[in-house]
Formats: sequence, C-alpha cells, structure tokens
Amino acid sequence: MRRATLIEYLLLLTAGTAVAAIVLIVIFIFHEGLPLMLKFGVVRFLTSSHWAPTRGEYGILPMIVGSLAVTVLAILIGAVLGLSCALFLAEFAPRKSVQILKPMIELLAGIPSVVYGFIGVVVLVPLIRRLLGGPGFSVLASAIVLGIMILPMVIAISLDALNAVPLSYKEGSLALGATRWQTLYRVLLPSARSGIIAALILGMGRAVGETMAVIMIAGNAVRLPDSLLSPVRTLTSNIALEMGYASGDHQAALFATGVVLFIITMILNTIALFTIQRRD
Amino acid sequence: MGSSRRSWLLALGLSGLFGLTGCARNNGDSLVIAGSTSVEPFAERLAELYTARQLKAAETSGTPVTEINIQGGGSSAGIRAVENGICQIGMSSRALTLAESSLYEIPIALDGIVIIVNRRNPVSALTIEQARAIFSGEVRSWDELGGLRQSITVITREEGSGTRASFEEKVMFGEDSVPRPFARDALVQDSNGAVREIVASDPAAIGYISFGLVDHRVRALALDRVSPSDSTIRSGSYPITRRFLFLTKGPPTGKAKDFIDYVLSPEGQQALIDEGLVSIR
Repeated sequence: MRRATLIEYLLLLTAGTAVAAIVLIVIFIFHEGLPLMLKFGVVRFLTSSHWAPTRGEYGILPMIVGSLAVTVLAILIGAVLGLSCALFLAEFAPRKSVQILKPMIELLAGIPSVVYGFIGVVVLVPLIRRLLGGPGFSVLASAIVLGIMILPMVIAISLDALNAVPLSYKEGSLALGATRWQTLYRVLLPSARSGIIAALILGMGRAVGETMAVIMIAGNAVRLPDSLLSPVRTLTSNIALEMGYASGDHQAALFATGVVLFIITMILNTIALFTIQRRD
Repeated sequence: MGSSRRSWLLALGLSGLFGLTGCARNNGDSLVIAGSTSVEPFAERLAELYTARQLKAAETSGTPVTEINIQGGGSSAGIRAVENGICQIGMSSRALTLAESSLYEIPIALDGIVIIVNRRNPVSALTIEQARAIFSGEVRSWDELGGLRQSITVITREEGSGTRASFEEKVMFGEDSVPRPFARDALVQDSNGAVREIVASDPAAIGYISFGLVDHRVRALALDRVSPSDSTIRSGSYPITRRFLFLTKGPPTGKAKDFIDYVLSPEGQQALIDEGLVSIR
C-alpha cells in the first residue's frame, strides 16, 4: 500500500515539474515583453508596419501578417495532401503497402528542419524564381516547405482518426446501398472529423513555430506581403534574426513578439478544443 | 529476452555512452571566439593553422593543445558576448561605438566591402550615389543602369551585422546626417555566405559582402571608378574599407594572447593574405 502511494507522489512530482516549467516560461516571457508592449502602446505595436528597433520603432504588423499568410497556406497544402494520403492509406491501399508507407512517412518527421530549409534554398527558391518570377524567396516557398514538414503529423493523426471509426458505421452504410465514395464522404469523414481537425491544429501549431527553415527561404523583408511571391518575415524569424545582438528595449520587443506568438498559439488551441467539443 | 536482462543492457549502454565523454582529447582550456560572420571564416582558418602548430609542438614538449571554438552571430553579438564574458575573444567587422569603447581592440586585417552582382549582369561599375539609390529602393529596375529590364532584388544583412553597419556608414549616408534606410522589400540574410549564394544564383540580385569572400561566382563592382583590390584597399582609394578587429576585455592574457600573437605574426598575416584579406602590417 505504501509503495503505491510513493509512486503516486513521484508521478505527481514529475507532472508538477512539467507544468511548473511551462508556467514559469510563460510568466518569464510576459514579464520581459509586456512592459514594452504597454510602454510603446499595444495597439501601435500590433498595427504599425514600421519595424526599426535601432530607431525605437517596434511595429510588428508585417510579421504577424507574414506568419499568418505562411501558416494558412501551409495548412491548406498540408490538409489537401495529408488528408488525401490518410484516406488512401485507410481505405484504398493494400495492407502490405500500408506497412511500408506508414513508417516511411513517419521517417519524414525525423528530418531536421534545417535540411528542409537547405533543400528549399537550393531547389525550390530558384524554381519559383524561374517559373513564376520575383526573387524566389516568398510566401509560396515557405508555405510549400512548411506544408511538407507538417505532413507526417497530419497524416499520422488523421489516419488514426479514420481507423478509429467503428467498422459497423462503414458496413451499415454500405449495406444500405451507399457507394464507397458516399460512405467515405458522408459517414467516415464526419465521424473522424474531430481527430482530423486536431491533426490540422497541431500542424498549424508546428507551422507557426517553425523558425530555421523559414529564415532560409522566406526572404525576411520587413514588409506587408502583397502577393504569394513577395518575400516575407515571420514572427519567429524576427526573433531569431535579431536576438543575438538585441539589448534593452530591442530585446524586450523581441520578448513581446514572443508574447504575441504565445497568444496566437493559445487562440489556435482554443479553437481546436471548441471544435472538438462541439462535435461530441 | 527477459525485461530485467533488457534493462541491464540498457543501463550498460547508457553508461558506455557517458564513458565516451572521457575520450575528449583536450585537457587545456578551450578558447571561444565569437562575432562577425565576415571574420569567422578567416578566424577558422587561423585556428586551423594555430592548432596544427600546437600539435606539432605538443609532440616534443607535451604542452596541452588549446581547443578553439569559433562562432558567428554577427559583430554586435560578438561584442556583447565578450562584454558579458561568454567568449574570450570577440570578432568585429565594424568600429566600436562609444558605448562599447571600453573593450580592448586589436586590428588583425584590412578588408573592403564589395558590392556584388550576378555574373550575367552587364553592369560592372557604380557611383556611390547610384549604389545608395539602388539599396534604398529608389531605383527599382536594372534597365535604369544599362542592364536588362528586370526588377532589382536588393539583399542586405541583418541589423546587428558589422558589414551592414560599415556599408551604411559609407554608402547610405548622403549629405544629410541621417542614413537613407534600406528598401522595404530588401531580402535580409544573416551571413556573407548566404548573400553571396543568392547573388550567384539570381541574375537580378545585388548585395554587399566582405572583399575577402568574393569568388569567381559573383562579379565585384567598381565603386566611384575604383576597383576593389589589395592595393586599392590598402591605399584607401577604394571607398569602403574597414578593419577586422579582435576584441578582449582588457589586454589579452594567456591562451587568448598566444593565439592573437600568432594572428599578428608574419605567418598568421600571410595566411590571411592567402585567404584574400589585406594585411594590417
């Protein structure tokens, strides 16, 4: 009896440490970044397009738009490709192929992001420049690379969601005379919806936070992107590019960028929670 | 295999991994040098030669070999790092500001900043006014300069870069005391190497890098009719020159001093000349 309680306490301790770490990080970011946001004016911080930290200007609107543009497009690419792949693996692929394909896809998750960025710079950027014009470093390039990066996550979770749908639903639908596509579209997908949305939200979280690959292929121009081919800077790239030498207010502004990132991620997760709860 | 056998093997494996840390050869202190990405490749080359020399000497005298770690991060990052004691030697490719002037500076080489374009670009010379107009986004197309009708892709460095600071000082300042800001849609890259790569592959690109890093893949432009070369940089006739600095907190001592002495020696300076810089002597 005593040994069980000891283990309970040990587990509680480890769980508490994990939670404490997260809480402390959040407190630290807010403590460093919030004063500057208030001093400079929260609205001005979020809506000004003028980012010139050496001259005391801290407007991060271009970076917010940059992050959102790249992420939304990446999710679209990831959703279309990933969901199709998951459907294929769940419903149409022969069992033997699934046994090979699934580990291969999971392997994609193990490739470091800097390698993705490298391939992006060497292959994708010149390709976009040649075929579509512009400098090549663009929203499009970042979205494509990020979309591919989140594929393993989206596929794996969607696949699990699709496989978790009870066989009786599928069989019942087919028995009532529905075609295979109708079963897929009207029974399988709606049943797996909460899992698929969870997959997409997780993918979005990964895309918003990705820094290394994006710095290499997005161009990092501080300007509101006006087309898919414009160079863009994301919130994460902004922090990474400038943190080496930032001090005082500049450093606080970078922490404030972290605060904004944190809030965006929180909003995304809350939306995910609501969507999942509404389903059930 | 039973689960207790498995955990034994796991424990054995892990402790084996820990044991490998003892294989690190070095017993002497390590020297950390951080800062400018312009100076970085040259510092690495010097560290290579210095370590080779030390290894040779260690064979006979058995003195410990200093492990030298070179990191980039940019001039401003290097200055802050040496101020905070994170590294022993900081590298800078720009002059120190008033706030930073308490550091001990040791010039190790002369360098120029060269404006580069793609090999396929017919433009081969600019005036400083033209350069300012291009990099501030006023002139947007190559055909205004005799090139093809193509929109200019401007590439600049991040704000903490010493190269950018030196370039701004010499090119972006005009008659007014405030520098013209860089074009809003200029691409920002975080090292000389990255800028050079982009210019080498994009026919419409223009950027600025350290003279020592120019190679056959890009074309260096003449500025105000002066072509960048060893002689024009040394004589100062090329308009954008700067010194590479090693920075220490107070006069260098110990391992740092030994390495810096090597860098300033004829052998060290020759190595820098071989790599494309201009000697400080």
